[in-house]
Amino acid sequence: MEIVNFTPLASLFGGVLIGLAAVLLMAAIGRVMGATGILSAAIFAEDDRAWRWALLAGMISGPAFYLMVTGDWPEITVPVSTLALIVGGFLVGLGVSYGSGCTSGHGVCGLARLSPRSFVAVPTFMATTALTVYVVRHVFGG
Amino acid sequence: MRLISVYLIGLIFGVGISISGMANPEKVLNFFDFVGTWDPSLAFVMGGAVVVAFFGYRFVLKREGPTFDHIFHVPQNRSIDLKLVGGSAVFGVGWGLSGFCPGGALPALGTGRWEVILFTVALIGGMGVARYINTHYDKRFQTPGGPDLHQPAAHGPIDHAPKGPMPEHTHN
Repeated sequence: MEIVNFTPLASLFGGVLIGLAAVLLMAAIGRVMGATGILSAAIFAEDDRAWRWALLAGMISGPAFYLMVTGDWPEITVPVSTLALIVGGFLVGLGVSYGSGCTSGHGVCGLARLSPRSFVAVPTFMATTALTVYVVRHVFGG
Repeated sequence: MRLISVYLIGLIFGVGISISGMANPEKVLNFFDFVGTWDPSLAFVMGGAVVVAFFGYRFVLKREGPTFDHIFHVPQNRSIDLKLVGGSAVFGVGWGLSGFCPGGALPALGTGRWEVILFTVALIGGMGVARYINTHYDKRFQTPGGPDLHQPAAHGPIDHAPKGPMPEHTHN
């Protein structure tokens, strides 16, 4: 094992902002900050979509704000194939719909609320993510 | 005011994701690559976010209600079932293949990168297929008596809140 690109302070600060946004959303409109539910309902729900689109617009403005402050876009390096992006994206969409949440909904808000469902969901997806990365990188040599 | 506040909250989330590295698949995948090139950073993202949300929620949920709504729409579903475990397991496989999760990819859309757009289209496709199956085929996956994937009009798929006030939100 080799430790690479470790950014504890930036990541901790980013995490604090993510947690703060979750708390503010609950304080403002009483909603859980789950990217899955917000995206899905913004597209597929029949009503109450305005706040979800406002939230999505804010999220999408994040990198431009980061650019204005730091002078650089946030780094995005995609070390996987186009096929992996498509299949991965599809499986994520399927999985978070049945699992009722993702890293933000279960991983941040659910754990913070001590939700028993999230304490099952988070270790489950962390384990299958790690297993998938292991298989892709070290079994098939990805 | 309500929508402007929500926009600004989204912006805080998007900036947080941008700073944290969650929008960067290389960083995400390295976090899970314990035996190869390990990057422990994401533990700090999760740790920071959960600690802030834990104490923040305790404070906020003690109030009468949110500023721009009359109730807290806290998920009420408590069942640990195949849907939850299987769905989460499939999500992990997709996350491990692509390196993007929804909360990381949505802010990353703001960079205009084609990889993020492609992932998001596939993501919405997966959500759409799940909805379609739920609505048209698999009655087993429909929760009796409660809003669920097939009926997310009011709350969305992760929100199983009943329509009335919620006396038990502090226990959930």
